[in-house]
Amino acid sequence: MISLALDLSLAALTLWVAWRALSHRDLFVGVVLYIIFGLLLSLVWVRLGAGDIALAEAAIGAGLTGALLLDAASRRSRRPRDGATAKPDPAPRRGVRVPLSQSAGIALLVSTLAGILTLVVSGIDGSPARGLTRDVTDRLAESGIVQPVTAVLVIFRGYDTLLEVGVLFLAALGMLASRRMRDLSPVARATKEDPVLDGLVRVLLPALVLTSAHLLLVGTHRPGGGFQAGAILAAALVLLLLAGHRSVSAIQGAWLRFALLSGFLTFLAVAAGPMLTGDRLLELPVVLSSRFILVVEAAIALATGVTLASLFAGARPLPSSGPGRNNAFPAATDEP
Amino acid sequence: MSQFLLYSLASIGLTCIGSYHLIVQPHLVRKVLALNVTSSGIFLLLVAVARRNEHEFPDPVPHAVVLTGIVVAVSVTALALGIVRRMPSGSADEPVDEEETE
Amino acid sequence: MTLPDLATGSLLAVGGVFFLGGTVGLLRFPDAHSRLHAVTKADNLGLGLVVGGLILQADTPSLAAKLLLIWILVLLASGTSAYLIASEVLSPHDAPDGRSGDDQPGA
Repeated sequence: MISLALDLSLAALTLWVAWRALSHRDLFVGVVLYIIFGLLLSLVWVRLGAGDIALAEAAIGAGLTGALLLDAASRRSRRPRDGATAKPDPAPRRGVRVPLSQSAGIALLVSTLAGILTLVVSGIDGSPARGLTRDVTDRLAESGIVQPVTAVLVIFRGYDTLLEVGVLFLAALGMLASRRMRDLSPVARATKEDPVLDGLVRVLLPALVLTSAHLLLVGTHRPGGGFQAGAILAAALVLLLLAGHRSVSAIQGAWLRFALLSGFLTFLAVAAGPMLTGDRLLELPVVLSSRFILVVEAAIALATGVTLASLFAGARPLPSSGPGRNNAFPAATDEP
Repeated sequence: MSQFLLYSLASIGLTCIGSYHLIVQPHLVRKVLALNVTSSGIFLLLVAVARRNEHEFPDPVPHAVVLTGIVVAVSVTALALGIVRRMPSGSADEPVDEEETE
Repeated sequence: MTLPDLATGSLLAVGGVFFLGGTVGLLRFPDAHSRLHAVTKADNLGLGLVVGGLILQADTPSLAAKLLLIWILVLLASGTSAYLIASEVLSPHDAPDGRSGDDQPGA
């Protein structure tokens, strides 16, 4: 009874915060509400028994996405336009006005979506024979991993994970190409130095690296694994970026490209390796798989961490004008 | 009411809220926000489905799919925000059918 | 209910009261500095009480140590965030309570 009340209030609160995040007049407030929504969602994942997802949602969904959106929300209000003073977010005062001619169509679309999802939900029955839980737990011993979700990610559905690391790589490539960045240093120099922040970095950075390694190693037995470790690693790099630490500029040029590539290439090598000996793609020999698992997970963690951090760096504003402008790329077309 | 039923109903609500705002909001950053909420709604549906049988362990395959989805969603968000920034200042900031009122 | 359970329950309840107080302060105080003060102090104390209550329920010492570590890390992070926000808000034109800007801390 109490757990039902807890679930009910959690679900209602999550829906309400999501609605307010999207409909609030001030974009900045909306983004802050979205971060809160992300954390509430992590609680929902815990309630539904999804520990791995809760870790990833808190770090990536609420944390990194929130940071990206905060940058996007605050930058616009600071940017001057044609010499005029910066204007606040020009959201309509009375909420979004939908013309009457369109509202019927929109209502139809949304209710069709709701109808389809309701049909899907009502058609699901919970009999054990229809699910994949039994299939996975029966073959867990074959995979060499105890935690079912990690086993599915790395071994049973390794193809999906390979493509996912590829998607990450493409996104990083797109970001780097659109900004013509050769390294992360121009962004790092844009932030000012602060002794208190430096002290915090000094304490947090070892803790973050340790936590990332812990999540990586523990991922085979408990909630954790490559992606969560990568998210913590990305958080460490983003912290370095925000603190304007000089060490970030060490990741440049060939090293940056190598770091971004290495995760995807390692996974691809492990996946395609069996093809050289006549097996099919991703058909890893069972006796070797436990060693390969650690290599693959580490590759995933590195790829995720460096990629998410460079995605964050690529979305940051550069110094707008004046003496702070750097010459990393002379043809920067950022500020029109 | 089982957890599965409660959270799948919540997921339907969340997806509808997200897609309504995705269609209706003219401001591009708000559209990205709405896209994120919509994907969270679908993830909630998947994880609720994983819990359809309360007496067993949750189904790990939807969990893996959602984990993949979260990572892909953040990549999409980052790229989308990068593209929005590069657009000429008009379309990124002003609503489609409204002039600068300040 | 055993004694540790009772203690955990009361610590959690008192921690919740502090969180509530911090949030009320966040909503009702007039300017950014007093709001920062309310949120940082009250919420961290509330978190400490909650963590203390949970430590009583921990099975292993390592779990208790992890809980304590959470509290310490949150203290560090929120203290630094409060400082950063305050130093952004505190500009030459601004002063708490509308007093003159003569008594500014060194930049």
